[in-house]
Amino acid sequence: MAYTNNATLIRRELITRLAKLIMDDRLDEIDRIPLEMAPRNSKQESRCCPHKTRAVLKYRIMALLGFNIADEDDELTPLRDYAQRAIDRTEQAEGVLTVVDEACTSCHKKNYVVSNLCRGCVARPCMMNCPKDAINFVSGQAQIDPDKCVNCGICKNECPYHAIIYVPIPCEEVCPVNAISKDEEGIEHIDYSKCIDCGKCMIACPFGAIMAKSQLVGTLQSIKSEKPTVAIVAPSILGQFKAEYGQIANAIKQLGFDEVLEVASGAVDTATHEAEEFGEKMDEGQKFMTTSCCPAYVQAVKKHMPEVNEFVSHTPTPMHYTAKMAKEKMPDCTTVFFGPCIAKQSEGRMDPYVDYVMTFEELGSLFVAKGVDVLNCSDETPEGELPVTGRWFAESGGVTRSVLNYLPEETNIKQMAINGLDKKQITFLKKFPKLKMETNFIEVMACEGGCISGPGIVCNPKVAKRLLSKYMTK
Amino acid sequence: MEKVDVKICYGTMCYVMGGSHLEMLKDHIPAEWADRVHISASPCLDLCHNTENGKAPFVSVNGKIVSEANIEKVISTIKVVIKDGLYQ
Repeated sequence: MAYTNNATLIRRELITRLAKLIMDDRLDEIDRIPLEMAPRNSKQESRCCPHKTRAVLKYRIMALLGFNIADEDDELTPLRDYAQRAIDRTEQAEGVLTVVDEACTSCHKKNYVVSNLCRGCVARPCMMNCPKDAINFVSGQAQIDPDKCVNCGICKNECPYHAIIYVPIPCEEVCPVNAISKDEEGIEHIDYSKCIDCGKCMIACPFGAIMAKSQLVGTLQSIKSEKPTVAIVAPSILGQFKAEYGQIANAIKQLGFDEVLEVASGAVDTATHEAEEFGEKMDEGQKFMTTSCCPAYVQAVKKHMPEVNEFVSHTPTPMHYTAKMAKEKMPDCTTVFFGPCIAKQSEGRMDPYVDYVMTFEELGSLFVAKGVDVLNCSDETPEGELPVTGRWFAESGGVTRSVLNYLPEETNIKQMAINGLDKKQITFLKKFPKLKMETNFIEVMACEGGCISGPGIVCNPKVAKRLLSKYMTK
Repeated sequence: MEKVDVKICYGTMCYVMGGSHLEMLKDHIPAEWADRVHISASPCLDLCHNTENGKAPFVSVNGKIVSEANIEKVISTIKVVIKDGLYQ
């Protein structure tokens, strides 16, 4: 679950500063950001020195400009050049997440560490039971040879003093598909052929070493251009700012967007079609059907669960329907999706109706950069029917509730929700087609709690759930 | 007895910089203080424009500014006010 920590807040400050420079046409000052944020005499230093902090900040900005850090060809290339390349670019490099290698070196290479509680006992069961002969005693204490250790954990279980501890590698621990791993230098690399863009590693890394590449430059360039720009906002936005929907929509317009559409209206289409599709599939004798609106889950199926592929609903996502509505209304418009999700960016790149995908964190940072206070905006909303059933999509269980709403009463539906995709749930889903279970409808959300807990949120998920609850019953 | 006046800034800057969880402050106030503390949600307190005030999110406790506020910090400030009657 996403939470606020210093690494997150530094990212938000970076987005705000960068956005401000783009808005004010002052991108030539971009190389000053790391210097301003880490002055030479700064006292509070959590990396080794201000110079290291600056280097890391530089690379984090490079990611915000949309580049893979590994694509750096010359260390001397200033951010100014990258900014210009970002403005000129027409295509983005592969993958959404990128590792800032400069920031990633701090994790222990192996998961097991001997603490100073080791008494150097006579029995030495750690050494005696190590299958790889990886433990030696140096100055009366056990020591693990990282080159021999295979992370089996027997030594930890054997030690009578609990002196050997398990130290997780946070990013690897949370990755549901083993897409991130260390190279010989101990630096993490993401294998894009496995990565499902769920963003769990980004949230987990205590050193802020994993960044989602941003489409900030493209979005802000589009606002500046002559062509209209339409913001389409995910249903979970209702839990993001302590404000009425109208206030949020009007705040977005103050950023320069010409129109704001709720993706909840597209979600109504998704729910309606998914209900229809469910009826058809059950009539055809299909065993079960899963939802298709979570892009991290859909990628997980494609890359890791071929046996589930035929059971995934073919109904397009709420983002697709909403972006299509926008383009039908204004054919020359640019569409920018705002959501809690990082995986949506890769879905957006494949969708001809979606031009850019941004997070709520980026939206919040844009408000700050532009000096827009959401609570000071009018709460006037355009007239029309509220897409209530579509708004339910924001939390776990909500998609099912919405689909149920459009199913005929006599439908035989036995639902189940996968609330958060981890290694265990993936194993379970892979087995599911062969299990004898009555369940015939599975809602899958990669983030625990649903979209309101996504990696790109601003609001604490518990608070978001409260804020959202008033829209759930309407 | 006068109540301790706690104003949580709900300006967008404070919210984006991690202030959203202060919404849960009420749940963390010790029961014995419940009727001595008045918590209100305030529109932007206009503290973020002056770097001397520190960094967002901000909470005001009887006029004393708590910067980089979190639930712990706010509660310990309330404690000082209740025990010593400061910042009136």
